[in-house]
Amino acid sequence: MQRSLYIDADKCTGCLQCEMACSYENEGVFNPAKSRIKVFTFHHEGRFVPYTCTQCDEAWCMAACPVDAITMNRQTGAMEVSEAVCVGCKVCTIACPFGTVNYNQDSGKVIKCDLCGGDPECAKACPTEAITYVDADATGFDKMRAWAAKTDNATAAN
Amino acid sequence: MAWTKKLLRVNLTAGSLSEEALNMEWAADYIGQRGLGTRYLVAETDPKCEPLGADNKLIFATGPLTGTAVSTGGRYSVITKSPLTGAVACSNSGGFIGAELKSAGWDMIIFEGKSPTPVMLHIVNEQAELVSADDLWGKSVWETDRLLHDKYQDPQMRIAAVGRAAEGGCLYAAIINDLHRAAGRSGVGTVMASKNLKAVAVRGTRGVGNIKDAARFMRSVAEQKQVLADNAVTGQGLPKLGTQVLMNVINEIGALPTNNMRAVQFDGAAKISGEAMLEPRASDGKPNLTTNAACFGCTIACGRISTIDKTHFSVQNKPQYWGNSGGLEYEAAWAMGADTGVDDIDAITYTNFICNEDGMDPISFGATVAAAMELFEMGVITTKDTGGMELKFGSAKALTWCADQVAAGAGFGKVLGLGSKRLCEKYGHPELSMTVKGQEFPAYDPRGIQGMGLTYATSNRGACHLRSYTVASEVLGIPEKTDPLATDGKAGLVKAFQDATATVDSLGICVFTTFAWTLDNIAPQVDAACDGDWSVERLLEAGERIWNLERDYNMKAGFTGADDNLPPRLLKEAANSGPAKGKVSGLDVMLPEYYQLRGWSKDGQVTDKVRKQFALPA
Repeated sequence: MQRSLYIDADKCTGCLQCEMACSYENEGVFNPAKSRIKVFTFHHEGRFVPYTCTQCDEAWCMAACPVDAITMNRQTGAMEVSEAVCVGCKVCTIACPFGTVNYNQDSGKVIKCDLCGGDPECAKACPTEAITYVDADATGFDKMRAWAAKTDNATAAN
Repeated sequence: MAWTKKLLRVNLTAGSLSEEALNMEWAADYIGQRGLGTRYLVAETDPKCEPLGADNKLIFATGPLTGTAVSTGGRYSVITKSPLTGAVACSNSGGFIGAELKSAGWDMIIFEGKSPTPVMLHIVNEQAELVSADDLWGKSVWETDRLLHDKYQDPQMRIAAVGRAAEGGCLYAAIINDLHRAAGRSGVGTVMASKNLKAVAVRGTRGVGNIKDAARFMRSVAEQKQVLADNAVTGQGLPKLGTQVLMNVINEIGALPTNNMRAVQFDGAAKISGEAMLEPRASDGKPNLTTNAACFGCTIACGRISTIDKTHFSVQNKPQYWGNSGGLEYEAAWAMGADTGVDDIDAITYTNFICNEDGMDPISFGATVAAAMELFEMGVITTKDTGGMELKFGSAKALTWCADQVAAGAGFGKVLGLGSKRLCEKYGHPELSMTVKGQEFPAYDPRGIQGMGLTYATSNRGACHLRSYTVASEVLGIPEKTDPLATDGKAGLVKAFQDATATVDSLGICVFTTFAWTLDNIAPQVDAACDGDWSVERLLEAGERIWNLERDYNMKAGFTGADDNLPPRLLKEAANSGPAKGKVSGLDVMLPEYYQLRGWSKDGQVTDKVRKQFALPA
């Protein structure tokens, strides 16, 4: 079974535990600046939104890469960057419609979420379950359940 | 390790910057943040120096755990000599700039001297420069933040700044970082402005590493995050209601100071409580609280993000205040609410916004307004002084007017900006100032919570709840329940809380973790991260050393045991209602025992024996 990162922004408090877990796993230091997942703060709206790669099946980054440095991990479904092959041309960063693949000046390569090989650290570090790692075919089930509950109430009220 | 082992020294007089190795011998004894920052202040300044003179220094200090994944590990402190109290000041803040500074590679910044013209410090990793702030002087914190983000085009840059209140000489001006987190107390913002330093803007992309045993650290951090999640206070109460969870609780036990501490219970408490912040309002159906929010790395997330009712008189013609910003914490809601008798939650949310926007400590501001209201009621302050405004207890209009005046440093706001002690002295009634060492009380009446009387009287930075929060034990039963009306055992309780808190404040983590954590939970995380062996005993010893260092500084600054006192109201006028009815503070019983436990002389001096025990500087 493949799983996907599922993000429920309403539960996010903006603590950046995910960014620290991600950067520690990938860079060996606590460094939000080098995290593959980012939490964006919309101050005046009072909202915090974690955002990262959704691992497109027909991935723009993979299609755009001229040296085939981005390949799919068949087990996890993650699009992974091979550091050894990447030449740092950044074409993938232009191709990605969501901006979730980015250049890393320190290494001269691009970085993106690789689902930590199937055990994503961000989801484990999140204290509020704003980031969970769930069945890829059922990411909408929680929302469906919530709406289903409301539908039942409406029926009962009639 | 865990320290970057580097500090940035900024000589504002010369406009020069230099990098220095952190004194790791001192770090071994004083840890970081509050302790280590104070050690540097003690070494480098004369305790008798003029707080707003060029000889005072201003120190921004992180702790060894700042910027790591430990829960709440984003704290920094500002250490200096306070213009409000004349004592050592150490104001602790969360938000994100502390971790950013660490990630840029710096444990500490020491500002010395005074710049001839307004400047700001811009740090990008190892690059640091002083930049003219002529264009920022006279601007609020919020405007400064916006202008700097526009100028540098870096949305991730973290900013700490002073507002118009500090520039105008308000003695309880705060340094605000990340728009609504504050190094709030004792006028550290006033010192910053006195040096013509408007802002510090930081971008750090190096990250925090140097963890002694990273695998053990990550395991310990995960375990202790779970402890916070499983605890009723840190896992449920604080995320849901914030510190405002306390408003109704403290009112019920008769320890909610009201109307400049004339009363101990407030009829309007429920209307300004955490619960009230969740109630949908009539105008738009939205509650005051939009969401809770976390500081860097914090898995508790007690922060409040709120809006003001757009139809409320305070903002109806000011759309710039219609969005979300930092909402009410308990102390602020108490000072600007119960203590002034104002039960209008939109009015106090507005004044809270103003305190953040222009950098004022809401506790000192609210308590000073409360004192002014009492003097107004007595006819000592009149509309001639205020220019027409009637400063009546309970008047939301008067409160919001006061906030605008102090923020702008205008008119009667200049007088209110002096703080309660100087205000009451000016009008010939020093006994009405609810302060210790010149700093205003927070939100717990020492007649109904006896330990807090000793806490306030002996706090090294003037009246403060965060130096030994015995409310945890006396009200919440953490770590064990003690009787809030009893004085027995409180001297030992206060000392234990003071020492442990000094430790926590020096590590880079938030004292709110201690609702769930003891040093038994903290020590393994410190030990996994930091060079050397860090047992509970060593941490406690460091805490006691830090406490004595601060005390020694204050004594050298001219304080004596006579300053460990409370206003006569709390010692002579009994609580007039609730469970504490008939009680006064039993400070006279607790204080001698406290001195004894500290090993100090009968008049409260740090003895040579204690100085030697902790190897305090001469």
